[in-house]
Amino acid sequence: MSPLDRKLLRDLWRIKGQATAIGAVIAVGVLLLVMMSGLITSLDETRRAYYERYRLADIFAPVKRAPQHLLAELAAIPGVNTVEGRITGHALINLPGLDIPLRAQAVSTPDFHTPRLNDFYLSAGRAPSRERLDEVMLLKGFAEAHGLQPGAVLDVTMNGARHTLRIVGLAQAPEFLYTTAPGELMSDDARYAVIWMNTQSLAAAYDLDGAFNEALLSIGRDSQPQEILNAVDRLLDPYGGFGAYGLEDHTSNRFISEEIAGLRATGSAVPPIFLAVAAFLLYIVVSRMVEAERGQIGLIKAFGYTNLETGLHYFKLILAIAAGGAIVGCLLGILAGRALVDVYLLYFKFPFLIFQLEPGSFITGFTVSVGAASAGGLLVLRRVFRLTPASAMQPPAPPHYKQLGKMARSIQSALDQPSRMVVRRLTRQPGRMAGAIAGIAAGMGLSVAMVGIMSGFNEAIDLTFNVVDQSDLSVTFNEPLSTTSLGNLRNIPGVMDAQSIRTVSAVLRYGRNRHLGAISGLPPNSRLYRAVDRSMGTIHLPTGGIILAEPLARILNARVGDVLTIAVRESRRPTLEVPVAGIAQTLLGAPAYMDLDSLNRALGEPNRMSGAYLRIDSAQQSTVYRTLKDMPTVAGVSLKRDARNALQEQMDMGAGAMRYIMLAVAGIITFGIVYNAARIAYAERARDLASLSVIGFTRSEVAFVLLGELAVVTLVALPAGSVLGYYLSFAVAAGFSTDLYQIPAQVPAAGYGAAALAVLAAASLSGWLVKRDIDGSDIVSALKARE
Amino acid sequence: MCQTGNKEPLKAFTTRGLTKVYGEGAAQVHALRGVDVEIPAGELVVLLGPSGSGKSTLLNILGGLDRASQGSVLFQEQNLAGMTDVELTRYRRDHVGFVFQFYNLMPSLTAYENIELVTEIAADPMSPARALELVGLGERGDSFPSQLSGGEQQRVAIARAVAKQPTVLFCDEPTGALDSTTGRAVLQVLKSVNETLGATVLIVTHAAATADMADRVIHFADGRIREVRVNRNKRDPQDIEW
Repeated sequence: MSPLDRKLLRDLWRIKGQATAIGAVIAVGVLLLVMMSGLITSLDETRRAYYERYRLADIFAPVKRAPQHLLAELAAIPGVNTVEGRITGHALINLPGLDIPLRAQAVSTPDFHTPRLNDFYLSAGRAPSRERLDEVMLLKGFAEAHGLQPGAVLDVTMNGARHTLRIVGLAQAPEFLYTTAPGELMSDDARYAVIWMNTQSLAAAYDLDGAFNEALLSIGRDSQPQEILNAVDRLLDPYGGFGAYGLEDHTSNRFISEEIAGLRATGSAVPPIFLAVAAFLLYIVVSRMVEAERGQIGLIKAFGYTNLETGLHYFKLILAIAAGGAIVGCLLGILAGRALVDVYLLYFKFPFLIFQLEPGSFITGFTVSVGAASAGGLLVLRRVFRLTPASAMQPPAPPHYKQLGKMARSIQSALDQPSRMVVRRLTRQPGRMAGAIAGIAAGMGLSVAMVGIMSGFNEAIDLTFNVVDQSDLSVTFNEPLSTTSLGNLRNIPGVMDAQSIRTVSAVLRYGRNRHLGAISGLPPNSRLYRAVDRSMGTIHLPTGGIILAEPLARILNARVGDVLTIAVRESRRPTLEVPVAGIAQTLLGAPAYMDLDSLNRALGEPNRMSGAYLRIDSAQQSTVYRTLKDMPTVAGVSLKRDARNALQEQMDMGAGAMRYIMLAVAGIITFGIVYNAARIAYAERARDLASLSVIGFTRSEVAFVLLGELAVVTLVALPAGSVLGYYLSFAVAAGFSTDLYQIPAQVPAAGYGAAALAVLAAASLSGWLVKRDIDGSDIVSALKARE
Repeated sequence: MCQTGNKEPLKAFTTRGLTKVYGEGAAQVHALRGVDVEIPAGELVVLLGPSGSGKSTLLNILGGLDRASQGSVLFQEQNLAGMTDVELTRYRRDHVGFVFQFYNLMPSLTAYENIELVTEIAADPMSPARALELVGLGERGDSFPSQLSGGEQQRVAIARAVAKQPTVLFCDEPTGALDSTTGRAVLQVLKSVNETLGATVLIVTHAAATADMADRVIHFADGRIREVRVNRNKRDPQDIEW
């Protein structure tokens, strides 16, 4: 090893504290990059392979009842590769010990062949046999949540009739990667099931002998999806088609696509911030080192080393820190990615999900960290190379201090000498001080933004379940009922209030933008479920317009007054032209609201409701549940408490888990910046401080001169960081928000306090570490040091 | 590389009208005000003068560490003033050794490694071990500068300077930070380098007694050469009155 390389190693060891702090900042940036791109690749690739292997359909076409021979006509549409007809239906599972029935979807499997499309993955037991009509396969997640095994018996209500069925197998399928009950957004294994049965059994249960109620189609790569969708709709219309839709509108696929898109957005926005901070830190540290080593640089050049050789020596130092950080970041990124993959498996039911490394992220991580780090370093080296060896070996001229103006002088006269030293140094090098303040403010800003996000998640839950939805439970009916049935619900003992709702599935279009969603019709003066504006006031629903939730307005790019084209996908499937009458605040989903009577009129079905919101007396809840369970018109019951818990859990463990990682990262960065600022200040002043000791200053007085400076810098950085954090929180909130939920960017007053405390704690710890060095320093050797 | 059999001894350096101005405007400092000097190869030359008289500036310019503002510097027929940065670097690498008042050892390298730093890039170096022996520190190769006394550090610095077998050895106040006994020992080493390696040695000092060991003494004052004296009665460093 060459002597310069040995010098490099020993220099690195000498600045190990700072090198570690900078390396850590680089590491977290690379960690996020590797973890996120790995997660994106894993989810994306696994999804693609899963869809392909189990032949997920490209087009889904639900219909009321279509004869089998229509399948041949569907197959004849140009561009269509494969067609499969099947039967699906709503079902209720009555589990012993549970007062409310659990909702399920029943899906048929072909009696004589394996499914040509939408195959299933059998994870235990076997598929139902052709001869036995009472055999079912159950969705694995639901079975595990209730401890159900093959061999167990299920009590299932289908089409109003109760059946006793035997579980013979547990299965998963690509179309049920993410399962939610209709009308709900949050996945909850325990509350929604899928059961697979023989076509013959389901045909009998739903009166669909010789018919199907859902067609699945796969199409060629080069085909025109929209033309095929139109052709399918034309064929199915006479049989009560509900409107064919593509895989992109399939609920399960939409959720995972959203998640991947969200990861992609965060992954491309956040790591660069960390790497930029690291580059800034390296710039400060290397510029300080080069300044301190100008004598050695001059000497090396005096011996006849070229600028290139000398520069390479310092560049290697930068490279070692940056590459070290990047390697650690890659390793931690792999570990974090592996851990998070398991969390994703809780929500996205892949039969297997292995964390796959994205090799590109390694290269990007390395290139960006080394590039960012050396950019700062090269800037400094260039300055030194301009020096001739002779002047490089001279100690730098003492910084030039000036007497201040009259007013400043009168202020200064009130200060003692150590305080004057602090003040003069702060005012003498405004650039350097601004750099230190900017660094600490950046740390403070990151902390503020992250604390804001933490409370934003709680805000989202609070708005959804305490402000918008003030009911205790919601009921959905098999078929829309007359609003007069609301009286029956109100008469149930224990029901304190009941309110109707009509929800219809619809495609909303404005210009080129479209969204497949639902419209909720609410009665005037709706109490239990409200559309609210930004100030949480109830929005009055006008008779001739639609209220869009903010995210929906954003998707459609529609403003108040714009006229939407709404294709309703239920009952007579009318197409409506409705103006946007207002924008509602929502943090969950992308709903649209209309006045109940206006909606029913537009559908040509006056006084109908598809569900109801209830408020109940908690003392009598069992009675209410049992009564609802026995009502044949009830398709399902959702408890707000369950939905709230599911959301809370998903936000805590799913993508929301990321916010804890980010908070830790913000903490590391803040400490890294503050500690570096303190160390640099100390290194620059070691000799002055030793001189003070010689004159007779106590150690505390000496420490004051240095730490006073750090204190002033930190205190100035706090308000600057608060402002930065306020704006940063919008960017971070946007990164965390998805179509599924919006995280509001609002930092509570306590958030600023908490972030300030974190920065002050980091500053105190750094100050203490440096003070320890001051106390332990050898005055004589500090004085002898050439600079 | 040293003297030849010619009547006229070979010149190591010849300068003409050498000036050096630092700073601008009112803050201008004239460090050299037209220096004409000839330094024969192989001699041990002492530059004497008070602080700020320009002797270190001349040394830096001759050593290729700095550039003159005006005038010419010939080193073996080559004009240093006309050299590019790359050529100056080459010149220092191939021909020049430096010894400084404050030793300027790399604190993070051992004595041996400090010498290796130079031998690694030199064309025809001696081994670091031999260089250390030459200064009487054969046993201290593994010591870091912080573990050496001032005199030992200066001897390592000299070993480092001579290890490349330089044509010229420049010493800027080599004994300035040392006590008299140690100082004499260091001067002894410089003398033996001059005699055994045949290198031209230039010593800048304000200790007038050092002049007694020189072949030639150049007196500096106010940026000009006051006097050049050839010393007929060279004394051994051991006999110099400090």
